[in-house]
Amino acid sequence: MKDTATEPLLGRSVERIEDAALVSGRGQFIDDLPVATGTLAVAFVRAPHGHADIKSVDVTAATRAPGVAAVITGQDVTRYIRSMTVGVKANVECWPIAVDRVRYVGEPVAMVVATDRYLAEDAADLVEVDYSPLTAVVDPVRALADDAPVLHQSLGSNLINERRFRYGDPETAFDAAPHRIGIDVTYPRSACTPIETYGVIARYEPGEDAYDITANFQGPFSIHAVVARSLQVPGNRLRLRTPPDSGGSFGIKQGVFPYMILSGVAARIAGAPVKWIEDRLEHLSASVSATNRQTRIEAAVEADGRITALDWDQIEDCGAHLRAPEPATLYRMHGNMTGAYDIANVAIRNRVVLTNKTPTGLNRGFGGPQIYFALERLMDTIARQLGLDRLDVIRRNLVPADAFPYRTATGALLDSGDYAAAMARAVDEGGLAELYARRDTARAEGRRYGIGFACVVEPSVSNMGYITTVLSSEERAKAGPKNGAQATATVAIDPLGSVTVKVASVPQGQGHRTVLAQVVADKFGLPLDAVRVLADVDTMRDAWSIASGNYASRFAPAVAGATEIAATRLRDKLAKVAASQLNIGASDVTFDAGRIGAAQNPDNSLSFARVAATAHWSPGTLPDDVGQTLRETVFWTPPELEAPTADDGINSSLCHGFIFDFCGIEIDPDTAEPRIDRYVTMHDCGRILHPAMVDGQVRGGFAQAVGAAFLEEYAYGEDGSFRSGTLADYLLPTVMEVPEPVILHHETPSPFTPLGAKGVGEGNCMSTPVCIANAVADALAPEGDAPNIVLPVTAAKLAPLIHGEEPEPKEPVPETKAEATSGGRKLTGEGRALVQASREDVWKMLLDPATLDAIIPGSHGVQKVDETRFKADVTLGVGPVRGRYKADIELSDLDPPNAVTLSGQAVGALGTGGGHGRVTLTDTGDGTEITYRYEAEIGGKVASVGGRLLDGAAKVVIGEFFRALARHCGGGAGNGPIARLRGLLNRIAKGGRT
Amino acid sequence: MPRLTKDEKPAVRFTLNGRAVSPEAPPRMLLSDLLRHEIGATGTHVGCEHGVCGACTVQVDGAPVRACLMLAQQAQGCDIRTVEALAEGPELSPLQAAFREHFALQCGFCTAGILMTLDALFASQPEADEATIREALSGHLCRCTGYAPIVQAALAARNRIKGGPIDA
Ligand code: FES
Ligand code: FES
Repeated sequence: MKDTATEPLLGRSVERIEDAALVSGRGQFIDDLPVATGTLAVAFVRAPHGHADIKSVDVTAATRAPGVAAVITGQDVTRYIRSMTVGVKANVECWPIAVDRVRYVGEPVAMVVATDRYLAEDAADLVEVDYSPLTAVVDPVRALADDAPVLHQSLGSNLINERRFRYGDPETAFDAAPHRIGIDVTYPRSACTPIETYGVIARYEPGEDAYDITANFQGPFSIHAVVARSLQVPGNRLRLRTPPDSGGSFGIKQGVFPYMILSGVAARIAGAPVKWIEDRLEHLSASVSATNRQTRIEAAVEADGRITALDWDQIEDCGAHLRAPEPATLYRMHGNMTGAYDIANVAIRNRVVLTNKTPTGLNRGFGGPQIYFALERLMDTIARQLGLDRLDVIRRNLVPADAFPYRTATGALLDSGDYAAAMARAVDEGGLAELYARRDTARAEGRRYGIGFACVVEPSVSNMGYITTVLSSEERAKAGPKNGAQATATVAIDPLGSVTVKVASVPQGQGHRTVLAQVVADKFGLPLDAVRVLADVDTMRDAWSIASGNYASRFAPAVAGATEIAATRLRDKLAKVAASQLNIGASDVTFDAGRIGAAQNPDNSLSFARVAATAHWSPGTLPDDVGQTLRETVFWTPPELEAPTADDGINSSLCHGFIFDFCGIEIDPDTAEPRIDRYVTMHDCGRILHPAMVDGQVRGGFAQAVGAAFLEEYAYGEDGSFRSGTLADYLLPTVMEVPEPVILHHETPSPFTPLGAKGVGEGNCMSTPVCIANAVADALAPEGDAPNIVLPVTAAKLAPLIHGEEPEPKEPVPETKAEATSGGRKLTGEGRALVQASREDVWKMLLDPATLDAIIPGSHGVQKVDETRFKADVTLGVGPVRGRYKADIELSDLDPPNAVTLSGQAVGALGTGGGHGRVTLTDTGDGTEITYRYEAEIGGKVASVGGRLLDGAAKVVIGEFFRALARHCGGGAGNGPIARLRGLLNRIAKGGRT
Repeated sequence: MPRLTKDEKPAVRFTLNGRAVSPEAPPRMLLSDLLRHEIGATGTHVGCEHGVCGACTVQVDGAPVRACLMLAQQAQGCDIRTVEALAEGPELSPLQAAFREHFALQCGFCTAGILMTLDALFASQPEADEATIREALSGHLCRCTGYAPIVQAALAARNRIKGGPIDA
């Protein structure tokens, strides 16, 4: 039986059915959806400290503010929910909002529900939280030290999970091998942050104790269980829906789930539906990021570069809480810890550590960037140390083409591929020889040019049981086996005989609806636009499972595959119906051009719609064995995805694509700016369903990887302050930074998926960062020891490597300067002011609360606590950020009326500040000269978003203070450039909403 | 511009996509919020609210402007165009059609802003070369496409608007 006589749609780059609406402004993103009249807005009060105990939360003023319906603290929330499920056995609680301690900057502390977002944010500023700051720890290795501050007292330390694994006989292999070669690798934090932020709409029906939540969540829907449990309702009392469109996710929108819980509680307490749209600072500081990881990897290596064993020691930093599905980042790759290589013996030690940073979650590449950076830097190191050609070392270790399906040492079943052939084609078609020539020329001219390689196995369609590898086999036996990956698809026919497809794939822009229309239209011999597809989810109405959603590159292999099966079943039934109506055998029926007919006799045919609608209009006429043809729902789970074995083998993913990349990078001799000269990426993702979309995935992943390699880093101060809170600090690549890669394909269909397709969306996030790092290493040091490369490779990091450390300036600038220190942003400075008053008078003024109140910029009142201590309430603004601070000021080293040291701590919603300054008074005859030096540190929101402006702003504020003092004494008031700048800053601050 | 106090909520009169509108807006309301939440023109998106991503770009008197950096009251008397105005009737404009043909969008969240920038560019510089187009695009962040198809689509649209060959 043939599906169709016309050229199939699948495999062609047809235009996307999504696009007409999207290019016309008719997308339906979460913030575009209509909401019920009376829906209230939620705003969050968030932690300014990386680590602090909450002493008290005073909501009095906020509750009285205009438009406010409810102000909800962490303590309030705990009365309605329970702690979220944690994926390892550990005595620890995991709340979606801070209860008595904050553990990362941006952690929710309270929620304000008000009539609109402006009023909600106004009131959020009025919530007064009294913190007692604690020492923070942001480095995972440091977090393991005995004297490190402990985030969760119940755990006793910051190590929340440790497991050791052993496959084959690594010890013997290491003993037998002539070389033991290892490297230490630091992989930083970054996130594929989408342009659309999180959004949630929630309502609560008390009569049924039921939550109805719409969120731009992307799956996996195993999270539905986490949310329902936390809300303490059965699954059928949590209706979870997703909007038709989502503005990208790349894993990140899995992390919206704590806000689903909080919004549900807010709706319940406020007694009205609520809506929350995250802002960019909230997103960057407190959504989710990828994990950062510290890895030691060693290989047992033969003289020819052949690897006989690997030894991994990984320290994974999951941030302040281990949120579901973590520590999945660490275990997603567990089956393929040997990459594309045939290595029989493996030892692994995995430690999961908590630090004062944002909790981690799904992120494109999920675990791949971290392991491949280590593995492929190791391959480069092996070639260097043994003096071998880099490509030879790779080739010698590849899984051979005749070995598929190939079982890796750690348990993955690599489905298909011909790695050597794909690599050979890339070398040839990608023009490696020419690139070598370019490098030779460049080097001959004294330029720094390097070539890097990376070889990657890209897993897709996660085994829902892989995360249980984190449990011991005894614990797993007790909990019962977890495995599989149910994909669902429904194909339905309406009374007019038209076809609708429903899946639970929750696309985030990948064009799922188009591809499924291709699959089904081909099957039924219909034109593309005859098939309509819905891919958003309503858990009360749709077929779904815990594996539903948009992650682990599962769409093409699993969801399109399940759709293919559903359509085939329905087509086979329709063939029987048509055969009985056309008086022919079912095997003679063809579906083509909107008609169902006899293969041999084109005149003997019926319209597709007529046959298809038979089950609606005259079900009694259907052949007996057909049942109905109204709707076919398929649940498909591949048998290859088995639970972990007793000895910890795990087939963590169903499909394994292959990627081989190489690139040429030149480092500018003056600026040290690295630039990609040429980038070639070869992909084997099995059968290609839509070539343009596949290339779109490759280009998109590549661009994000370019960002991770050169620009992006979640920057934290040692005190846990977050320093990359705007898109001007967390730099995403623009059109100027992303070159067009050469994309090549080699197709070996997967034997395990219905359409032969494998996932393709994440590969370049795994291969490209390390390919670039290897090229940079080659440019820096063509021979000998490999330089330690830590991403992102910025000009600032490379400059000292090529120019040597920057010498101290000959004439140091005495002005203030901002520099990174152990704390937040450090500011130092000095200045002087002349006042027309005697030293004694000035001295008195400096100690008088009323005078201080009059001259401190933005003061709302100064109180004297005792002779040397004051309390002040001030509003300070930096750039667009303005906030109110409570300051404690102490005077010491008093030398009246000559000198005094002022030390102070300030705490406010926008962050913290601390510092000290020495003020000296000198008699000038007709007045007093005041000189001052200060040193201050700033943390919290101000440091995150105003970092670049802090230095100048501090100068302005302090200068303003002394000028006001001078005015107070009748001295010359400042009206110079500084005063004008201050006026400008004020205006900016007032224009913004924050 | 008249001085407003924070509790006033005067009407802002301007032209939106050829139609006169006069919604009320408190002085601190952003133009992006006015368009999206008061008028319901949700085609203009908001990605950062601090002027970096470009998703909120609209045309004010023909020039591309970040709607998140403009107060609603500043729109008084202006002629504002948003993505909803690009297509004439059911047909996509050449620029929109080129985006669809070249797969220059995935999630489409950044797209409205990019289209408004390019539309303004081609209106003032129909001959804009690739470097100029890239320069204009560099004010926009797209997290999905890797930009290459956007550049292709822009070149194709430029050629089509000029009446030249369709493919760049
Ligand atoms: S939302 Fe206006 S530039 Fe990002
Ligand atoms: S298409 Fe998604 S951000 Fe550009």
